[in-house]
Amino acid sequence: MEFFKKHWKIISCGIFIGIAATLLQKFGNPANMGICVACFERDIAGALGFHRAAIVQYIRPEILAFVLGSFVSSLIFKEFKPRGGSLPLVRFFLGFFAMIGALVFLGCPWRAFLRLAGGDWNAIAAFAGLVIGVFIGVQFIKGGYNLGRNYPTYKFTGLIMPLLMLSLLLLLLIKPIVPGGAPFFSEKGPGSQHAPIFISFAIAFFIGIFAQRTRFCTMGAVRDIILMRDFHLASGVIGLLIFAFLSNAILGQFKPGFAGQPIAHTNQVWNFLGMVLAGLAYALAGGCPGRQLFLSGEGDIDAGVFVIGMVVGAGFAHNFGVAASPAGIGPWSAFAVIVGLLFCLATGVFMRKTLA
Amino acid sequence: MSKKILDLRGLSCPQPVFETKKAVEDPSFDGLEVIVDTKTSVENIQRLLSGFKGVSYTVEEGEDFKVNISKG
Repeated sequence: MEFFKKHWKIISCGIFIGIAATLLQKFGNPANMGICVACFERDIAGALGFHRAAIVQYIRPEILAFVLGSFVSSLIFKEFKPRGGSLPLVRFFLGFFAMIGALVFLGCPWRAFLRLAGGDWNAIAAFAGLVIGVFIGVQFIKGGYNLGRNYPTYKFTGLIMPLLMLSLLLLLLIKPIVPGGAPFFSEKGPGSQHAPIFISFAIAFFIGIFAQRTRFCTMGAVRDIILMRDFHLASGVIGLLIFAFLSNAILGQFKPGFAGQPIAHTNQVWNFLGMVLAGLAYALAGGCPGRQLFLSGEGDIDAGVFVIGMVVGAGFAHNFGVAASPAGIGPWSAFAVIVGLLFCLATGVFMRKTLA
Repeated sequence: MSKKILDLRGLSCPQPVFETKKAVEDPSFDGLEVIVDTKTSVENIQRLLSGFKGVSYTVEEGEDFKVNISKG
Protein backbone atom coordinates (compact mmCIF):
# COMPACT_ATOMS: atom_id res chain seq x y z
CA MET A 1 0.00 0.00 0.00
CA GLU A 2 2.84 2.30 0.96
CA PHE A 3 4.50 1.31 -2.32
CA PHE A 4 1.41 2.21 -4.33
CA LYS A 5 1.09 5.57 -2.57
CA LYS A 6 4.67 6.44 -3.44
CA HIS A 7 4.54 5.35 -7.06
CA TRP A 8 0.89 5.84 -8.08
CA LYS A 9 1.65 8.36 -10.83
CA ILE A 10 4.05 6.16 -12.77
CA ILE A 11 1.83 3.12 -12.13
CA SER A 12 -1.19 4.97 -13.56
CA CYS A 13 0.87 5.98 -16.58
CA GLY A 14 1.80 2.34 -17.23
CA ILE A 15 -1.81 1.24 -16.73
CA PHE A 16 -3.02 3.90 -19.14
CA ILE A 17 -0.49 2.88 -21.80
CA GLY A 18 -1.40 -0.80 -21.35
CA ILE A 19 -5.14 -0.20 -21.76
CA ALA A 20 -4.67 2.40 -24.52
CA ALA A 21 -2.49 0.06 -26.58
CA THR A 22 -4.92 -2.83 -26.39
CA LEU A 23 -7.81 -0.50 -27.27
CA LEU A 24 -5.88 0.86 -30.25
CA GLN A 25 -5.67 -2.74 -31.48
CA LYS A 26 -9.43 -2.99 -31.13
CA PHE A 27 -9.71 0.24 -33.15
CA GLY A 28 -7.53 -1.12 -35.95
CA ASN A 29 -3.84 -1.16 -35.04
CA PRO A 30 -2.00 -4.46 -35.73
CA ALA A 31 -2.37 -7.33 -33.26
CA ASN A 32 -0.08 -7.19 -30.20
CA MET A 33 1.14 -3.91 -31.68
CA GLY A 34 -1.27 -1.38 -30.25
CA ILE A 35 1.77 0.79 -29.74
CA CYS A 36 5.29 -0.15 -30.77
CA VAL A 37 7.76 2.69 -31.03
CA ALA A 38 10.25 0.73 -33.13
CA CYS A 39 7.63 -0.76 -35.49
CA PHE A 40 5.88 2.57 -35.90
CA GLU A 41 9.10 4.44 -36.68
CA ARG A 42 9.81 1.69 -39.18
CA ASP A 43 6.39 2.28 -40.76
CA ILE A 44 7.18 6.00 -41.00
CA ALA A 45 10.53 5.19 -42.65
CA GLY A 46 8.57 3.13 -45.16
CA ALA A 47 5.96 5.83 -45.78
CA LEU A 48 8.77 8.26 -46.56
CA GLY A 49 10.28 5.79 -49.00
CA PHE A 50 13.37 4.97 -46.97
CA HIS A 51 12.61 1.29 -47.50
CA ARG A 52 10.47 -0.63 -49.99
CA ALA A 53 8.76 -3.18 -47.76
CA ALA A 54 5.27 -2.48 -49.10
CA ILE A 55 3.43 -4.00 -46.14
CA VAL A 56 4.94 -1.71 -43.48
CA GLN A 57 4.43 1.84 -44.73
CA TYR A 58 2.29 4.32 -42.81
CA ILE A 59 2.82 7.64 -41.07
CA ARG A 60 1.90 6.52 -37.56
CA PRO A 61 0.24 9.40 -35.74
CA GLU A 62 1.17 7.84 -32.39
CA ILE A 63 4.85 8.71 -32.87
CA LEU A 64 4.08 12.29 -33.86
CA ALA A 65 1.69 12.71 -30.93
CA PHE A 66 4.20 11.35 -28.42
CA VAL A 67 6.66 14.09 -29.30
CA LEU A 68 4.03 16.81 -29.57
CA GLY A 69 2.33 15.78 -26.31
CA SER A 70 5.64 15.83 -24.49
CA PHE A 71 6.47 19.17 -26.09
CA VAL A 72 3.23 20.79 -24.92
CA SER A 73 3.57 19.23 -21.47
CA SER A 74 7.13 20.49 -21.08
CA LEU A 75 5.98 24.00 -22.05
CA ILE A 76 3.09 23.98 -19.58
CA PHE A 77 5.22 22.66 -16.72
CA LYS A 78 8.22 24.82 -17.61
CA GLU A 79 10.51 21.91 -18.38
CA PHE A 80 11.14 22.76 -22.03
CA LYS A 81 14.92 23.06 -22.10
CA PRO A 82 16.69 22.94 -25.46
CA ARG A 83 19.97 21.13 -24.89
CA GLY A 84 22.43 19.07 -26.88
CA GLY A 85 26.00 18.29 -27.78
CA SER A 86 26.57 15.00 -25.99
CA LEU A 87 28.21 12.96 -28.77
CA PRO A 88 25.31 13.08 -31.26
CA LEU A 89 27.01 10.79 -33.81
CA VAL A 90 27.43 8.04 -31.22
CA ARG A 91 23.78 8.47 -30.24
CA PHE A 92 22.78 8.26 -33.91
CA PHE A 93 24.43 4.86 -34.22
CA LEU A 94 23.09 3.66 -30.88
CA GLY A 95 19.66 4.46 -32.33
CA PHE A 96 20.57 2.81 -35.62
CA PHE A 97 21.69 -0.44 -34.00
CA ALA A 98 18.88 -0.36 -31.43
CA MET A 99 16.50 -0.50 -34.41
CA ILE A 100 18.48 -3.36 -35.98
CA GLY A 101 18.05 -5.35 -32.77
CA ALA A 102 14.40 -4.36 -32.44
CA LEU A 103 13.58 -5.47 -35.99
CA VAL A 104 15.32 -8.83 -35.57
CA PHE A 105 13.04 -9.49 -32.58
CA LEU A 106 10.15 -7.47 -34.08
CA GLY A 107 9.41 -4.95 -31.40
CA CYS A 108 10.62 -2.37 -28.92
CA PRO A 109 10.36 -3.10 -25.17
CA TRP A 110 6.81 -1.64 -25.15
CA ARG A 111 5.79 -4.21 -27.73
CA ALA A 112 7.68 -6.97 -25.94
CA PHE A 113 5.45 -6.35 -22.92
CA LEU A 114 2.33 -5.99 -25.08
CA ARG A 115 3.18 -9.26 -26.82
CA LEU A 116 3.53 -10.97 -23.45
CA ALA A 117 0.21 -9.47 -22.38
CA GLY A 118 -1.34 -10.90 -25.54
CA GLY A 119 -0.01 -14.39 -24.82
CA ASP A 120 2.88 -14.34 -27.29
CA TRP A 121 5.43 -16.41 -25.38
CA ASN A 122 8.17 -15.63 -27.92
CA ALA A 123 8.47 -12.35 -26.07
CA ILE A 124 9.85 -14.21 -23.04
CA ALA A 125 13.17 -14.70 -24.85
CA ALA A 126 13.12 -11.02 -25.79
CA PHE A 127 12.47 -9.98 -22.19
CA ALA A 128 15.43 -12.11 -21.09
CA GLY A 129 17.46 -10.41 -23.82
CA LEU A 130 16.40 -6.98 -22.58
CA VAL A 131 17.52 -7.83 -19.05
CA ILE A 132 20.89 -9.14 -20.24
CA GLY A 133 21.45 -6.20 -22.61
CA VAL A 134 20.66 -3.68 -19.89
CA PHE A 135 22.77 -5.68 -17.41
CA ILE A 136 25.79 -5.33 -19.72
CA GLY A 137 25.06 -1.61 -20.07
CA VAL A 138 24.91 -1.24 -16.28
CA GLN A 139 28.38 -2.83 -15.97
CA PHE A 140 29.70 -0.14 -18.32
CA ILE A 141 27.92 2.60 -16.36
CA LYS A 142 29.47 1.28 -13.14
CA GLY A 143 32.84 1.34 -14.89
CA GLY A 144 32.53 5.03 -15.69
CA TYR A 145 30.92 4.90 -19.14
CA ASN A 146 29.26 8.12 -20.21
CA LEU A 147 28.79 10.19 -23.34
CA GLY A 148 29.69 13.45 -21.65
CA ARG A 149 27.51 16.43 -20.92
CA ASN A 150 24.95 18.16 -23.04
CA TYR A 151 24.69 21.95 -22.83
CA PRO A 152 21.80 24.41 -22.94
CA THR A 153 21.45 25.83 -26.43
CA TYR A 154 19.29 28.04 -28.67
CA LYS A 155 15.53 27.85 -28.05
CA PHE A 156 14.88 27.18 -31.72
CA THR A 157 16.78 23.90 -31.71
CA GLY A 158 14.20 22.46 -29.32
CA LEU A 159 11.47 23.22 -31.84
CA ILE A 160 13.05 21.15 -34.62
CA MET A 161 11.69 17.76 -33.52
CA PRO A 162 8.15 19.04 -32.76
CA LEU A 163 8.15 20.86 -36.14
CA LEU A 164 9.34 17.71 -37.89
CA MET A 165 6.46 15.79 -36.30
CA LEU A 166 4.01 18.51 -37.26
CA SER A 167 5.26 18.29 -40.86
CA LEU A 168 4.74 14.53 -40.84
CA LEU A 169 1.23 15.07 -39.48
CA LEU A 170 0.47 17.42 -42.38
CA LEU A 171 1.88 14.85 -44.80
CA LEU A 172 -0.48 12.26 -43.29
CA LEU A 173 -3.52 14.52 -43.40
CA ILE A 174 -2.95 16.08 -46.83
CA LYS A 175 -1.47 13.01 -48.56
CA PRO A 176 0.01 15.12 -51.36
CA ILE A 177 0.17 13.52 -54.81
CA VAL A 178 3.78 13.15 -55.86
CA PRO A 179 3.95 11.26 -59.18
CA GLY A 180 5.44 7.83 -58.48
CA GLY A 181 6.66 9.06 -55.14
CA ALA A 182 6.19 9.11 -51.41
CA PRO A 183 4.38 9.16 -49.11
CA PHE A 184 3.62 5.47 -49.45
CA PHE A 185 0.75 3.88 -47.57
CA SER A 186 0.46 0.10 -47.30
CA GLU A 187 -2.59 -1.47 -48.91
CA LYS A 188 -2.18 -4.75 -47.06
CA GLY A 189 -0.19 -6.08 -44.11
CA PRO A 190 0.51 -4.40 -40.78
CA GLY A 191 1.04 -0.99 -42.38
CA SER A 192 -2.55 -1.01 -43.64
CA GLN A 193 -3.93 -1.78 -40.19
CA HIS A 194 -4.48 1.35 -38.20
CA ALA A 195 -6.94 3.02 -35.90
CA PRO A 196 -8.60 6.24 -37.12
CA ILE A 197 -6.05 9.07 -37.19
CA PHE A 198 -7.88 11.21 -34.66
CA ILE A 199 -8.19 8.41 -32.09
CA SER A 200 -4.54 7.39 -32.47
CA PHE A 201 -3.37 10.97 -32.21
CA ALA A 202 -5.55 11.92 -29.24
CA ILE A 203 -4.66 8.85 -27.17
CA ALA A 204 -0.95 9.13 -27.97
CA PHE A 205 -0.92 12.88 -27.29
CA PHE A 206 -2.25 12.17 -23.82
CA ILE A 207 0.38 9.45 -23.35
CA GLY A 208 2.99 12.02 -24.41
CA ILE A 209 1.89 14.36 -21.63
CA PHE A 210 1.57 11.57 -19.07
CA ALA A 211 4.95 10.04 -19.89
CA GLN A 212 6.70 13.42 -19.95
CA ARG A 213 5.41 14.05 -16.42
CA THR A 214 6.23 10.60 -15.03
CA ARG A 215 9.46 9.89 -17.03
CA PHE A 216 8.04 6.48 -18.01
CA CYS A 217 10.89 4.32 -19.38
CA THR A 218 10.94 0.56 -19.96
CA MET A 219 14.73 0.28 -20.20
CA GLY A 220 15.14 2.44 -17.08
CA ALA A 221 12.77 0.07 -15.28
CA VAL A 222 15.19 -2.82 -15.71
CA ARG A 223 18.30 -0.66 -15.28
CA ASP A 224 17.25 0.92 -11.99
CA ILE A 225 16.54 -2.48 -10.45
CA ILE A 226 19.95 -3.81 -11.47
CA LEU A 227 21.91 -0.64 -10.70
CA MET A 228 20.14 0.71 -7.62
CA ARG A 229 17.49 -1.77 -6.46
CA ASP A 230 14.96 0.95 -7.32
CA PHE A 231 11.54 -0.32 -8.43
CA HIS A 232 9.98 3.06 -9.26
CA LEU A 233 10.06 2.84 -13.07
CA ALA A 234 9.46 -0.91 -12.92
CA SER A 235 6.17 -0.32 -11.11
CA GLY A 236 4.96 1.54 -14.20
CA VAL A 237 5.95 -1.27 -16.54
CA ILE A 238 4.29 -3.86 -14.29
CA GLY A 239 1.12 -1.75 -14.36
CA LEU A 240 1.29 -1.74 -18.16
CA LEU A 241 1.78 -5.51 -18.33
CA ILE A 242 -1.02 -6.43 -15.92
CA PHE A 243 -3.61 -4.05 -17.36
CA ALA A 244 -2.76 -4.80 -20.97
CA PHE A 245 -3.30 -8.47 -20.08
CA LEU A 246 -6.62 -7.81 -18.34
CA SER A 247 -7.78 -5.59 -21.17
CA ASN A 248 -6.76 -8.21 -23.75
CA ALA A 249 -8.66 -10.85 -21.79
CA ILE A 250 -11.81 -8.72 -21.76
CA LEU A 251 -11.49 -7.79 -25.44
CA GLY A 252 -10.83 -11.40 -26.46
CA GLN A 253 -7.34 -10.56 -27.66
CA PHE A 254 -5.45 -12.95 -25.37
CA LYS A 255 -4.21 -15.95 -27.38
CA PRO A 256 -1.44 -17.85 -25.58
CA GLY A 257 1.20 -19.82 -27.47
CA PHE A 258 4.44 -19.73 -29.43
CA ALA A 259 3.43 -20.57 -32.99
CA GLY A 260 1.37 -18.41 -35.28
CA GLN A 261 1.58 -15.26 -33.15
CA PRO A 262 0.91 -12.04 -35.06
CA ILE A 263 3.96 -10.31 -36.56
CA ALA A 264 6.35 -12.57 -34.68
CA HIS A 265 8.71 -15.47 -35.31
CA THR A 266 9.74 -18.41 -33.15
CA ASN A 267 13.52 -18.26 -33.50
CA GLN A 268 14.25 -17.81 -29.79
CA VAL A 269 18.02 -17.40 -30.17
CA TRP A 270 17.52 -14.29 -32.28
CA ASN A 271 14.51 -13.04 -30.35
CA PHE A 272 16.91 -13.07 -27.43
CA LEU A 273 20.03 -11.69 -29.12
CA GLY A 274 18.11 -9.01 -31.04
CA MET A 275 16.84 -7.66 -27.76
CA VAL A 276 20.26 -8.00 -26.07
CA LEU A 277 21.56 -5.60 -28.73
CA ALA A 278 18.60 -3.25 -28.45
CA GLY A 279 18.62 -3.30 -24.65
CA LEU A 280 22.33 -2.54 -24.52
CA ALA A 281 21.92 0.33 -26.99
CA TYR A 282 19.03 1.82 -24.99
CA ALA A 283 21.03 1.53 -21.77
CA LEU A 284 24.05 3.26 -23.31
CA ALA A 285 21.81 6.01 -24.70
CA GLY A 286 19.96 6.48 -21.40
CA GLY A 287 16.41 5.64 -22.46
CA CYS A 288 14.08 3.28 -24.29
CA PRO A 289 12.72 4.36 -27.71
CA GLY A 290 9.60 5.83 -26.13
CA ARG A 291 11.59 7.81 -23.60
CA GLN A 292 13.84 9.13 -26.40
CA LEU A 293 10.74 10.49 -28.15
CA PHE A 294 9.50 12.20 -24.98
CA LEU A 295 12.95 13.65 -24.30
CA SER A 296 13.17 14.96 -27.86
CA GLY A 297 9.84 16.71 -27.27
CA GLU A 298 11.12 18.56 -24.21
CA GLY A 299 14.16 19.88 -26.06
CA ASP A 300 16.79 17.15 -25.77
CA ILE A 301 18.06 17.31 -29.35
CA ASP A 302 20.52 14.46 -28.75
CA ALA A 303 17.51 12.25 -28.08
CA GLY A 304 16.18 13.57 -31.39
CA VAL A 305 19.35 12.34 -33.08
CA PHE A 306 18.79 8.91 -31.52
CA VAL A 307 15.26 8.89 -32.99
CA ILE A 308 16.55 9.80 -36.46
CA GLY A 309 19.15 7.04 -36.07
CA MET A 310 16.34 4.57 -35.40
CA VAL A 311 14.40 5.69 -38.49
CA VAL A 312 17.49 5.36 -40.68
CA GLY A 313 18.24 2.00 -39.06
CA ALA A 314 14.74 0.83 -40.03
CA GLY A 315 15.29 1.81 -43.65
CA PHE A 316 18.59 0.01 -43.66
CA ALA A 317 17.20 -3.09 -41.94
CA HIS A 318 14.52 -3.58 -44.59
CA ASN A 319 16.73 -2.68 -47.56
CA PHE A 320 19.52 -5.05 -46.56
CA GLY A 321 17.67 -8.19 -45.49
CA VAL A 322 18.26 -7.55 -41.79
CA ALA A 323 14.67 -7.18 -40.55
CA ALA A 324 12.95 -10.39 -39.48
CA SER A 325 9.46 -11.37 -40.62
CA PRO A 326 6.89 -13.93 -39.41
CA ALA A 327 8.80 -16.42 -41.64
CA GLY A 328 11.92 -15.99 -39.49
CA ILE A 329 15.02 -13.86 -39.38
CA GLY A 330 16.43 -12.26 -42.53
CA PRO A 331 19.55 -13.46 -44.40
CA TRP A 332 21.65 -10.72 -42.81
CA SER A 333 19.97 -10.47 -39.37
CA ALA A 334 22.63 -12.42 -37.51
CA PHE A 335 25.52 -10.54 -39.11
CA ALA A 336 23.99 -7.14 -38.41
CA VAL A 337 23.22 -7.99 -34.77
CA ILE A 338 26.83 -9.09 -34.23
CA VAL A 339 28.16 -5.88 -35.82
CA GLY A 340 25.77 -3.89 -33.62
CA LEU A 341 26.92 -5.71 -30.48
CA LEU A 342 30.55 -5.00 -31.38
CA PHE A 343 29.73 -1.31 -31.86
CA CYS A 344 27.94 -1.11 -28.53
CA LEU A 345 30.69 -3.00 -26.69
CA ALA A 346 33.31 -0.69 -28.18
CA THR A 347 31.22 2.31 -27.16
CA GLY A 348 30.96 1.00 -23.60
CA VAL A 349 34.63 0.13 -23.35
CA PHE A 350 36.20 3.18 -24.97
CA MET A 351 33.93 5.98 -23.79
CA ARG A 352 34.56 6.39 -20.12
CA LYS A 353 35.92 9.00 -17.80
CA THR A 354 35.70 9.90 -14.16
CA LEU A 355 32.99 12.45 -13.50
CA ALA A 356 33.58 13.47 -9.95
CA MET B 1 36.70 22.26 5.11
CA SER B 2 34.45 23.53 2.35
CA LYS B 3 31.57 21.38 1.24
CA LYS B 4 32.13 19.00 -1.64
CA ILE B 5 30.38 20.08 -4.85
CA LEU B 6 29.22 17.65 -7.51
CA ASP B 7 28.38 19.27 -10.86
CA LEU B 8 26.21 16.75 -12.71
CA ARG B 9 24.57 19.09 -15.20
CA GLY B 10 23.89 17.81 -18.69
CA LEU B 11 24.51 14.13 -17.95
CA SER B 12 22.19 11.42 -19.25
CA CYS B 13 20.19 9.15 -16.99
CA PRO B 14 21.20 7.49 -14.68
CA GLN B 15 24.48 9.34 -14.13
CA PRO B 16 23.21 12.20 -11.92
CA VAL B 17 21.41 9.96 -9.46
CA PHE B 18 24.07 7.23 -9.63
CA GLU B 19 26.97 9.62 -8.94
CA THR B 20 25.00 11.12 -6.05
CA LYS B 21 24.40 7.64 -4.66
CA LYS B 22 28.09 6.81 -4.81
CA ALA B 23 29.03 10.07 -3.08
CA VAL B 24 26.49 9.67 -0.26
CA GLU B 25 27.45 6.04 0.31
CA ASP B 26 31.15 6.92 0.44
CA PRO B 27 32.50 6.49 4.00
CA SER B 28 34.01 9.98 3.79
CA PHE B 29 30.60 11.56 3.07
CA ASP B 30 30.15 14.68 5.15
CA GLY B 31 27.70 16.90 3.33
CA LEU B 32 27.47 17.52 -0.38
CA GLU B 33 26.10 20.00 -2.86
CA VAL B 34 24.79 18.49 -6.09
CA ILE B 35 24.07 20.66 -9.13
CA VAL B 36 21.75 19.26 -11.81
CA ASP B 37 19.82 20.91 -14.62
CA THR B 38 16.63 18.91 -15.04
CA LYS B 39 13.65 18.35 -12.78
CA THR B 40 13.91 14.67 -13.61
CA SER B 41 17.34 14.46 -12.00
CA VAL B 42 16.09 16.31 -8.90
CA GLU B 43 13.18 13.89 -8.52
CA ASN B 44 15.48 10.91 -8.97
CA ILE B 45 17.86 12.23 -6.33
CA GLN B 46 15.01 13.00 -3.93
CA ARG B 47 13.69 9.47 -4.35
CA LEU B 48 17.19 8.11 -3.77
CA LEU B 49 17.72 10.17 -0.62
CA SER B 50 14.35 9.23 0.84
CA GLY B 51 15.79 5.72 1.13
CA PHE B 52 18.74 6.84 3.26
CA LYS B 53 18.51 7.17 7.03
CA GLY B 54 20.30 10.06 8.69
CA VAL B 55 20.52 12.19 5.58
CA SER B 56 18.57 15.41 4.98
CA TYR B 57 18.48 17.74 2.03
CA THR B 58 17.14 21.00 0.67
CA VAL B 59 16.52 21.92 -2.96
CA GLU B 60 17.31 25.36 -4.30
CA GLU B 61 15.64 26.14 -7.60
CA GLY B 62 17.05 28.65 -10.07
CA GLU B 63 18.49 28.41 -13.56
CA ASP B 64 19.79 25.04 -12.32
CA PHE B 65 18.88 22.99 -9.28
CA LYS B 66 21.11 22.77 -6.23
CA VAL B 67 20.51 19.89 -3.87
CA ASN B 68 22.19 20.45 -0.52
CA ILE B 69 22.67 17.15 1.24
CA SER B 70 23.80 16.95 4.82
CA LYS B 71 24.17 14.41 7.58
CA GLY B 72 21.49 14.20 10.24
